[in-house]
Amino acid sequence: MKKVIMGNHAVSYGVRASEAKVISAYPITPQTHVVELLSEMCANGEIDAKFIKVESEHSAMAACVGASAAGVRTFTATSSQGLLLMHEMLHWAVGARLPIVLANINRAVGPPWSIWTDQNDSLSQRDVGWLQLYVESNQETQDTIPQAFKIAEELQMPVMVVMDAFFLSHTYEIVDLIEAEKVREFLPPYQPEIKMDVNDPHSFGNLAGPDMYMELRYMIQEAMEKGIDVIKRVDKEFEKVFGRGYGVVEAYRCDDAETILVTSGTVASTTRAVIDEMRDEGISIGALKIRVFRPFPFEDVFEILSKAKKVAVIDRNISFGGHGIFYQEIKSALYGRTGIPILGYIAGLGGRDITPSVIREIADKALSDKNPERYINWIGVKR
Amino acid sequence: MFNYLEYIRESNFPHIWCAGCGDGIILKALIRAIDKLGMSRDESVMVSGIGCSSRTPGYMDINTLHTTHGRALPFATGVKLANPDLKVIVITGDGDATAIGGNHFIHAARRNIDLTVLLYNNYIYGMTGGQCSPMTPVGSKASTAQHGNLEPSFNTSGLAIAAGASFVARTDVYHVQQCEKFISKALQKKGFSLVEIMTPCPTAYGRRNKMANPVTMMEWLKDNMVPVAKYDKMTDQEREGKVSAGILCDIDKAEFTAEYDKLIKKVRTE
Ligand SMILES: Cc1ncc(C[n+]2csc(CCOP(=O)(O)OP(=O)(O)O)c2C)c(N)n1
Ligand code: SF4
Repeated sequence: MKKVIMGNHAVSYGVRASEAKVISAYPITPQTHVVELLSEMCANGEIDAKFIKVESEHSAMAACVGASAAGVRTFTATSSQGLLLMHEMLHWAVGARLPIVLANINRAVGPPWSIWTDQNDSLSQRDVGWLQLYVESNQETQDTIPQAFKIAEELQMPVMVVMDAFFLSHTYEIVDLIEAEKVREFLPPYQPEIKMDVNDPHSFGNLAGPDMYMELRYMIQEAMEKGIDVIKRVDKEFEKVFGRGYGVVEAYRCDDAETILVTSGTVASTTRAVIDEMRDEGISIGALKIRVFRPFPFEDVFEILSKAKKVAVIDRNISFGGHGIFYQEIKSALYGRTGIPILGYIAGLGGRDITPSVIREIADKALSDKNPERYINWIGVKR
Repeated sequence: MFNYLEYIRESNFPHIWCAGCGDGIILKALIRAIDKLGMSRDESVMVSGIGCSSRTPGYMDINTLHTTHGRALPFATGVKLANPDLKVIVITGDGDATAIGGNHFIHAARRNIDLTVLLYNNYIYGMTGGQCSPMTPVGSKASTAQHGNLEPSFNTSGLAIAAGASFVARTDVYHVQQCEKFISKALQKKGFSLVEIMTPCPTAYGRRNKMANPVTMMEWLKDNMVPVAKYDKMTDQEREGKVSAGILCDIDKAEFTAEYDKLIKKVRTE
């Protein structure tokens, strides 16, 4: 069934179809609709799940950790300050190897207060060990939720699905709704190998001395390294059932492109339109969308970008004192293997529009820039 | 007529509050109380968390600190300890103070640190559109309680008294003179002082609970706020749906920053 829904509700429908059993959340703009609809679905019996109203995001993730350890499929959603408040528990979920799925609506971090989009909230959680998938449309949002559960349960790792505030969360698009019955063909009921069980007791969160701790960290990295292949296979399996797949990266008109713009999230759609316009003008240019950020698809990125003569990365985020965060990843994907200039552009922080003309400005700058050492170019900053 | 504009930061207007919201009534009562006490605005600081209520300081021409959700009290504790001569007023909502900031609330009261806390109780998370807070009454509807709230709510004034506050009062925006009086008393009290102020949120609470009309919400306050002396004599049955109003606690006891200063002096002279 097709329905016109907002991005936030696409998340809720994805969770409904995935048959999560415990949902725990605290409201925050621009995420609130996600959990309000889920709370309604729980109340109406549309989904056989328990909704736990908690007193903060820290408790929301703690409740998810508890529920997941008890052996059920678990979900939460948040944004910005809420995600930051969860930080300690995000680490916990990884260390305990719990397959929790979280939707984060990218919102700028305060102060100064802002409710508009940028990626610093989720990207500042880069090193906690959650897988991160950045989505671009409402359809992809909905479809990525069951994919995320499947990936999480297979790797025993938590997965974050990340989307832009307002540009996606509050924008209405046509979505082909997936139903639980059909999703079951793709995502069987969750059966954890280890859970809290009175007949087979286990202890979670124990002390690990220097003789053991490192091995457990090694296993997390091992799971991450398997991640790209698992994500690709899960995506293929999803495509078999539903006819839609998304990949780990998406190359657009890159095959013969001399210059490639790298983007993520909703900026990717706008960029495609600019690429078409520039191609019509005879300019050899393409775009690469990064869908999976953790684990980072180094090889896929290398394969596509290494054929280009120049790469320009658009970052709606910044690592202060460093560079744009996607920029850094792209650089490390190409390091030592090519001499292609990689240029970095910071744009759209705090929800400032990244319009086709902004992307065109970046593309024109990149085309004419002769200085491969220009790591940070700020776009549209009033100085 | 009283000149409120003298105290208002006009550059931040128009305000964000809905028509029928009670928060502006509290703002005006606070301004009058400050004015009558002749308080120095240069030596006063308003600290707030996040929520519709926490927007209040932004509209006042005074030193202000708009912090994160639930954390106004630890920020205010820092301000007060850094300079105990400052008068520190904390603005918070029922969600801000008792959900995400619940832990800070009991600890600030326990320390009995000299802060004046105005807790705007509208029974709901107003700013995010009407989810249950820990002060939403049982049975009330919210976007996260479609069939009525199951969870018992905090008696937050009682909680503050139990935790160690030196002044606690409950009032509401209909009884606006009482509201101003209690704010004034709280401002003059040395120690942790709380004024819980019942205020209507027709948008996020009223609409879901058969009080969409702000006037109905005001009438509810008029009819259901009961003076504490009378309330104490009522049976449990008579208390059903009623809320006690008045000064619930007013005691003199050691205040944290003063004790801290004493300790420093003592240790230095020893
Ligand atoms: C860490 C964090 N989580 C969630 C939010 C979203 N949020 C903003 S205000 C609010 C609730 C406000 O309710 P209350 O304190 O009762 O104040 P009111 O708006 O009703 O005056 C919430 C959940 C936030 N800003 N920060
Ligand atoms: S939502 Fe409620 S609390 Fe917020 S401004 Fe409107 S009426 Fe006031």
